[in-house]
Amino acid sequence: MNIQEMILTLQNHWSDQECILMQAYDVEKGAGTMSPMTLLRSLGPEPWNVAYVEPSRRPADGRYGQNPNRLYQHHQFQVIMKPSPDDIQELYLESLQKLGIDPLAHDIRFVEDNWENPTLGAAGLGWEVWLDGMEITQFTYFQQIGGLEANPVSVEITYGIERLASYIQDKENVFELNWTNDVTVGDIFYQPEYEHSTYTFQESDTDMLFNLFTTYEAEANRAMEKGLVFPAYDYVLKCSHTFNLLDAKGVISVTERTSYIGRVRQLAREIAKLYVEQREQLGFPMLKGDKVGHENN
Amino acid sequence: MKTTNVLFEIGLEEMPARFMDDTERQIKEKTINWLNDIRLSYETVQTFITPRRIAVLIKGLQNKQDDQVEEAKGPSEQIAVSEDGEWTKAAIGFSKGQGKSTDDIYFKEVKGTRYVYVEKFIEGQKAEALLPEFREIITSLHFPKSMRWSDQTLTFIRPIKWMLGLQDQQVIPFEIAGVKTSNVTYGHRFLGDVVTVTDPLQYERLLNEQFVIADAEKRKEMIRTGIQQLAHNQDWTITIDEKLLTEVTHLLEYPTVFYGTFDSSFLHIPKEVLITSMKEHQRYFPVENSEGELLPYFVSVRNGTDEYIDNVAKGNEKVLRARLQDSQFFYEEDQKHAIEAYTKQLDRMVFQEQLGTIADKVNRIREIAQIIADQLQLSDKEKQQIQRAAEICKFDLVTNMVDEFSELQGIMGRKYALIFGEDETVAQAIEEHYMPKHANAKLPTSVVGSVISMADKLDTIVGCFSVGIIPSGSQDPYALRRQAIGTLEILNHNQWPLNISELIENVQSIFKQRKLDASSETKVFDQLDTFFKQRTAYIMKEAKIESDIIDAVLVQPLTQFSFMMEKAKLLSNKRYDVWFKENQEAFVRVINLAAKANEEDEVNPTLFENNQEEQLYATYQKVLPDYQDALTNGDASQALDTLSVLTEPIHALFDHTMVMTEDEKLRSNRLALLKAIADTIKQFADLSLIQWKQHQGA
Repeated sequence: MNIQEMILTLQNHWSDQECILMQAYDVEKGAGTMSPMTLLRSLGPEPWNVAYVEPSRRPADGRYGQNPNRLYQHHQFQVIMKPSPDDIQELYLESLQKLGIDPLAHDIRFVEDNWENPTLGAAGLGWEVWLDGMEITQFTYFQQIGGLEANPVSVEITYGIERLASYIQDKENVFELNWTNDVTVGDIFYQPEYEHSTYTFQESDTDMLFNLFTTYEAEANRAMEKGLVFPAYDYVLKCSHTFNLLDAKGVISVTERTSYIGRVRQLAREIAKLYVEQREQLGFPMLKGDKVGHENN
Repeated sequence: MKTTNVLFEIGLEEMPARFMDDTERQIKEKTINWLNDIRLSYETVQTFITPRRIAVLIKGLQNKQDDQVEEAKGPSEQIAVSEDGEWTKAAIGFSKGQGKSTDDIYFKEVKGTRYVYVEKFIEGQKAEALLPEFREIITSLHFPKSMRWSDQTLTFIRPIKWMLGLQDQQVIPFEIAGVKTSNVTYGHRFLGDVVTVTDPLQYERLLNEQFVIADAEKRKEMIRTGIQQLAHNQDWTITIDEKLLTEVTHLLEYPTVFYGTFDSSFLHIPKEVLITSMKEHQRYFPVENSEGELLPYFVSVRNGTDEYIDNVAKGNEKVLRARLQDSQFFYEEDQKHAIEAYTKQLDRMVFQEQLGTIADKVNRIREIAQIIADQLQLSDKEKQQIQRAAEICKFDLVTNMVDEFSELQGIMGRKYALIFGEDETVAQAIEEHYMPKHANAKLPTSVVGSVISMADKLDTIVGCFSVGIIPSGSQDPYALRRQAIGTLEILNHNQWPLNISELIENVQSIFKQRKLDASSETKVFDQLDTFFKQRTAYIMKEAKIESDIIDAVLVQPLTQFSFMMEKAKLLSNKRYDVWFKENQEAFVRVINLAAKANEEDEVNPTLFENNQEEQLYATYQKVLPDYQDALTNGDASQALDTLSVLTEPIHALFDHTMVMTEDEKLRSNRLALLKAIADTIKQFADLSLIQWKQHQGA
């Protein structure tokens, strides 16, 4: 099964579970969780079921395309269900079977892994799912988002697409994975991997990045003061990616990190609070099963 | 007595392995306490735990409480009986209220007053009526981390999937978080089926048939035996790490041990890296030969049978290969740069916001290490090694490998330093300066490592105190307590005659030079003094020194650790001695009376009235130099012996002299003499704090 078919299979499976199929969000981010489709929408009482593929940038993991397992940018398949259904583990395992993974021929485990994203004031409890010792999915019950208690609780399932594919296609090297039957990951991503790694570790302009961080932070604050939650959040994402670039270059230490993370977290908290307030003012339109926008049209 | 068998099972989404032992212990204890509270006797309470279930089996439970006769106390006789000897309304009301009549009333005296009483018969309740209370046992379980799910308000270790409650064939009804009890349980997630339990005693067997070994101990032994057999068959040495074994036991319901291999070309990567990869990341057991050399195999445990086990092994090999490739990349990449390239980057790594970067820290470590080396009068060669080790002790923090495996800090530093051609002693010191890593852990064995370790720790401790980061309660983010204990242990282990108060002052002055001390210097010194005394007391306690002796010794500012320890040990031996008793009595009288002296008064020999005063003063003057020598040399025994010379003249003085005489001048002078002696004694220890003990068994 090539990656494209895998994505289609997962989309179909979660579409059958009444998930909205979304597209990737268009601001750089380290994980699918950071998309506003997860981070903001998992706040508040409104039900929300969504699935999407998210390209995730991890500058520190860049290896110039030389490492067979690590990528500057990999892909996540992200599912959010709020409130978390009682049979969510079974639904997930079914999706693996649809991908051709027979649980009887493997060793599938749910191993404790509590997820925390201090930058976003978000934390959850759950597992990493192991397939014969390989982590293929992060499975999390959100407990806190943007510093607010998650109530009802959303469950987040994040499949590592390339990891899963390397298992399904039995390939050692991520660049040899088939995206389609004719085109490999290497065909598409080798050059960007090499160039992004070069940029991140050697060529990026540290002073400019520090400036950008400050600029984005200020703009996020300004947008928020105007009550513009989504634009403010976009700038928080930009802060986060800029921070990751600086961090990958090794110019931020453990303790400096705390201070930077603290600044972004403060912003994320305020945005989260504002988002919930705004939804409340709108009367939580999705609570009654109404589709978004109906009342406005 | 009729008995019944009871089974409860809570089915869960996979619990975290690390909390399972405690959860099992809790539920057992709570169940036993509850059964005692509800007065139902039982033969055994047995517990089971797997990642997906917690179960309690109560065998031979009394199926009905014993009946009870209870006394109910009513009003006093005065109120219950009217003047003409009739029952009052109060008495009638009371007996009625208890379901009795006035005929049942009898009297009992309580504290001189007679009260009416009736005896009540309370019929024992059936177990059936009481067992649903088990609900509260479940909800009262405490977890270090618990969670909410869906729209439930309950917080629990993981979402509850099913519950089983069974008294013989009967379901015990209750509900938690929308889940109702039934007589149904579930087998292994992939290999098992749904099972109806019709007899609690069959629980373990039924689950066994569904590929669940419910008893954690049994699972653990299956794994242990499996590993041992494999080791035996393959002629391998596998050290079974008990912590890892417990974790693995709690990660599965049906264990099958298997092994896999990795390419022996990875064996050139340091063993520590390979072992960390295998154990910490993959929960594998590393394999060695009889010489202790790592072999290119690993042992793991599958949750299931041996069907398709080759497939599972192959998958695990693939994962490990990816991990080791990463490590190899780090290892090779790290070697491409020189040490100086790394140390240069340390100024970009903040140690603590107010205390600057790691590079700043390294500078201070160099200075502190220099001071220590000077005081210890180490050789020039050692001093050179110390300077170099201090300079590069943190360089590995910015290597890829330590960035990935932080637990390898120091260990990689040593390996890389050797590769980069550093002196072996210097390389060793890089690893050793993190020691001791935790309570009772290995101490540095080399002089250079010990000095750097102390310098690093003192820098952190004094630095943090200087900027107001002081441990309190469970708040100790920089593990300052552990670091202080580590520092003292190193001093003690090496028997180094360093004065701790002086050390603290010296380190403080380094922070002062750099204007990094936020609060007043004396205040910080006092806080540090108290802090180090508490740690000293802790180490003494660990060495079985009794607390009154610890208090007595720690009255003085901190001096050399080994000397304080020696004093404490000496006093611990002497406290059972008759010889010591006489001395101590004399000293204690002096110390107690001296408390009445004025601070300013000085001894004036012309005011002495009798021989005894003169004699004591003369003896005091005579022993003083010897005593000071003994203190300076850190000779506890010598110091105490010297002091004991004073005992006789002290006793003589008290026998012949009224210290608290009417004459104020004479009195003050006598008190001043006693005070001078008391202060001298206290330089050794405040002996008035020590309780006299009769020699045991004498």
